[in-house]
Amino acid sequence: MNGFNKENLLASGHRACPGCGAAIGVRQILKATGRDVIVVSATGCVETFTSPYGQSAWEVPWIHSLFENSAPIASGVSAALEVLSKETKVVVISGDGATFDIGFGGLSGMFERNSDVTYICYDNEAYMNTGVQRSGATPYCASTTTTPVGQYSIGKLENKKDMPAIAMAHGIEYVATTSIAYPNDLMKKVTKAINIKGSKYIQIHTPCCIGWGFDPSKTIKIAKLAVETGLVPIFEKEKGKSLVSKRINKKVPVKEYLLSQGRFSHLFKEEEREKIINEIQLLCDKNIEIFNI
Amino acid sequence: MLPHGAVCKPGQSRLNKTGSWREFRPNVAFNNCNGCGICESYCPDSCILIKDSVSIVDYDYCKGCGICAEECPKDAIMMEKEVK
Repeated sequence: MNGFNKENLLASGHRACPGCGAAIGVRQILKATGRDVIVVSATGCVETFTSPYGQSAWEVPWIHSLFENSAPIASGVSAALEVLSKETKVVVISGDGATFDIGFGGLSGMFERNSDVTYICYDNEAYMNTGVQRSGATPYCASTTTTPVGQYSIGKLENKKDMPAIAMAHGIEYVATTSIAYPNDLMKKVTKAINIKGSKYIQIHTPCCIGWGFDPSKTIKIAKLAVETGLVPIFEKEKGKSLVSKRINKKVPVKEYLLSQGRFSHLFKEEEREKIINEIQLLCDKNIEIFNI
Repeated sequence: MLPHGAVCKPGQSRLNKTGSWREFRPNVAFNNCNGCGICESYCPDSCILIKDSVSIVDYDYCKGCGICAEECPKDAIMMEKEVK
């Protein structure tokens, strides 16, 4: 049911940190795609830990693009496959830094062309590979090295950029969010997406124990909490159909999620800052209402 | 090492035995394990195989992250200090 013992297309020996959420994400994605795929990755955690010189962890064809152009490169691969009349799927696996920020323009271009590519963004909510710098995906009040917490600073001031909404605004074929905590949901969405013609965008929430500040064994627990608070809504939107969201069985107050991670610990050290937790709870409540979860 | 520029054969990462990273190792109690596969789906390092309805850990590569032990619904996996 959860696809266990499906062929492991991410080989052991890769250099990911113990407990890496992104590695779990890649394994689950490849279980859904199978072997007949060409993967393109921008610079980032996944690219770095799967490709030390001469020791690739990929068991499928894989291209490392530049940081900003995994979408355009994938468009080119897709165009070539069309000329060759090959059915091989093209999948991008790039991080939030590459997707929300530096690769934003190129991704928009790919969506404009409606290239036959499944663009999957693994979202660990910062530029983790280079040591936890903020990205557009970093949530409100998270501490990173470029939004450090201090006497006058509460961490990142801006809200998390709504990339799924931006993808939907391009009118592409399929947009979905999912989480490594729900492998069946993730694999079902990837399978669905790769079998649709045109551009597809999937965003996978992949907690990072080093960057977020929690014990490696808790990666899945924290991934589940993120969804159960409503902070990370899980949904899918096929073109021409209504948006379908995953309902939360038992809603959890966002305080529990924030308490579990070092990057939010400053919110609990001063009474003044505790008020901010209410702001974040409102964000969750808004999601719960908008997405009907 | 690479014959054609930067084109590499698949799966060469297996040359790197990450089991040496471990400080704790997962021990599976076969009596309690029912082979549900939850540990296998969550292992970041492709170190778990479900064979004959039980979970088998590949200690050559297991980094000891503890996710399998944390997520096991039967509490069949215990993390124990690695003895080197």
